[in-house]
Amino acid sequence: MAHGVDAMAISPDAVMSRLAGLHYLADDSLATAIFLAIRLGKPLLLEGAPGVGKTEAAKAVAEALDRDLVRLQCYEGIDAAHALYEWNYQRQLLAIRQSGDAEIDIYGDRFLIARPLLQVLQAPEQRVLLVDEIDRSDHEFEALLLEFLSDFQISIPERGTICATARPLVVLTSNRNRELAEALRRRCVYHWIGYPDAEREAAIIMARAGDVARETARAVADAVRDIRARPLAKPPGIAEAIEWANAATILEKGGSPWPEAFRRAIGVLIKDEEDVHHIEPEMGRIIEAAMS
Amino acid sequence: MNKFLVCDRASVPGELPRGSAPLFGFARLLRRFGFAIAPEQAIAFMQAVTLLGPRSMDDIRRSAVATFAPAPERRVEFDALFESWFHGEARVSIEGEGQDEDEPQIKDDSDTAEEETGPVQEETGGELTSGTEQLSIRAFANDGLRLDTLERKLGSALPWRRSFRTVRTATGKNLDIRRSMRKILSADGDIPSPQLRRRQQVPRRLLLLLDVSGSMKLHTEDYLKVAYAAVQGTARAEVFCFGTRLTRLTSALRIRNRDQALAQAAALVEDWDGGTRIGGTLLAFLSVPRFSAFARGAVVVILSDALERGEPTEMETAFRRFAASAHRLSLATPLAGDPRFRPETEALRAILPMLDDLVDGSSVAGLTKFLLSLGRAAPHFQTMPGRGH
Repeated sequence: MAHGVDAMAISPDAVMSRLAGLHYLADDSLATAIFLAIRLGKPLLLEGAPGVGKTEAAKAVAEALDRDLVRLQCYEGIDAAHALYEWNYQRQLLAIRQSGDAEIDIYGDRFLIARPLLQVLQAPEQRVLLVDEIDRSDHEFEALLLEFLSDFQISIPERGTICATARPLVVLTSNRNRELAEALRRRCVYHWIGYPDAEREAAIIMARAGDVARETARAVADAVRDIRARPLAKPPGIAEAIEWANAATILEKGGSPWPEAFRRAIGVLIKDEEDVHHIEPEMGRIIEAAMS
Repeated sequence: MNKFLVCDRASVPGELPRGSAPLFGFARLLRRFGFAIAPEQAIAFMQAVTLLGPRSMDDIRRSAVATFAPAPERRVEFDALFESWFHGEARVSIEGEGQDEDEPQIKDDSDTAEEETGPVQEETGGELTSGTEQLSIRAFANDGLRLDTLERKLGSALPWRRSFRTVRTATGKNLDIRRSMRKILSADGDIPSPQLRRRQQVPRRLLLLLDVSGSMKLHTEDYLKVAYAAVQGTARAEVFCFGTRLTRLTSALRIRNRDQALAQAAALVEDWDGGTRIGGTLLAFLSVPRFSAFARGAVVVILSDALERGEPTEMETAFRRFAASAHRLSLATPLAGDPRFRPETEALRAILPMLDDLVDGSSVAGLTKFLLSLGRAAPHFQTMPGRGH
């Protein structure tokens, strides 16, 4: 086992403290899931509402393990050519023209464009593969991924089978826009990331934001918790809460008194016009309650 | 309705080390309660428990959640089974108990059997039975032909959108370089006619939301029949019903046999002819990402009289959100069957600007005609009842 993994995957507590050193505050359950994924050699499936830190978790794990992160962003219509490999057809065509009567191997390495999944297989060292928002892809792509996740190999008809040099650590994220196949869930270590409680969120804001006072972080965490409890189209995530704390601090340093600074910075917290319209009349009371 | 689970700890598998038997027993218990647990998950569970120590019951619980991956909507049930198995509580309430009456309950039928020959769920009494009995005594005959037509034609009658996928085409200007290159290679370098591609056209999703509250009692059976024909007619239809609760009916209505499908759907709904909380239940629908994704870019048809019992603001918010994400938002109300109908309640007036259509939902004929016209543009704003002069 590699050094980075040795140092981190001793226990869930070690995972937690290592991530905390990188300003990612994981709770017991998430640290346990990460620990198990590393030790069992299984992909880690993180589900949760947008903005709770799923992608950040993958980045933090890669950094903690001292591994390169390869990211595959999923979208509707993504297929094997975008995820596995593709031939550089233009270059092949040019090579055929230039070769004249000479024989050339148009399936050589210089014609192969490695996409994220092939990149992690070919890498000499273990890498962290982030398959982001898998729920946006089609069912067919999910099935293709199953094959990859079970054997960590890719078959290229013209070249044969390429196996992983070092088995990658895979992190999949999903916002639950659609139900994932049972087969995929079965292969993974699973964790649902919920919104943190106010105390933890304040600690996250303190750790991630640049220059925010403890009282500000607490007030933001309390206010955001209150706002999330309302029927909003897009409840604010943790990243928005951090931005809000930062923005309000900057405004306060620029001369706006506190409640007004929070109010004026609302655009970085709530990014839906209808939600702003809905929450604005109550903002004064929410901020006042949070600051008391 | 409360359901009680009785957990039997006697039936643990034999031939296992004594310490591991309860862990495998838990996997078996989960299977018995409808969780799809694969053998490798049970093994991973054992490995996870070993890796974690375990130092406490929390370690076993975390191992179970990480390896058995319960869906969030079944997490309460999962936790109840865990408590029951490992803490020796013989009876555990897993549904209905302690739930907030004001919080709309969501029921997803995605786990129900889709086989055509699946056993029909039996009702033992109470509201469920009365709902099904009503279904059986109402006549199906006159509307059969219209429903058959809806089933046959709906697939091609929905509006279309361009998918991100591409398909081959004989004409056009987008070169499919991958296929062209393969063709060139198979022709030993000769340049054949170029291969072209275009973006595929797919029908938009149809989302039907049926109001099954008491005020809609006379129409719920017709709505279910229309919903059944829609689900059979296109794979891109989704059906939910709402009263005080929200229930997904799509899987039940996919059963080919109509009587079985309708009976299955009727059995799923627990709030037949009850109260209405339109705003609350529609907001609950929108708060589940998997459900709200059904509305994105879809044709959303809400079949309801829109007579809201509670505050109209919730209903207004819900309709505004639907209008923002849907391709077309329509309200089919049985009240519009009366030519004197004017949308004059506070809630109806509030939602009117967000609607693309306000149509007659009083008969199967009107509904099928409307659904088959969805491919055409929405009528002019002024032609809607209450908007004209």
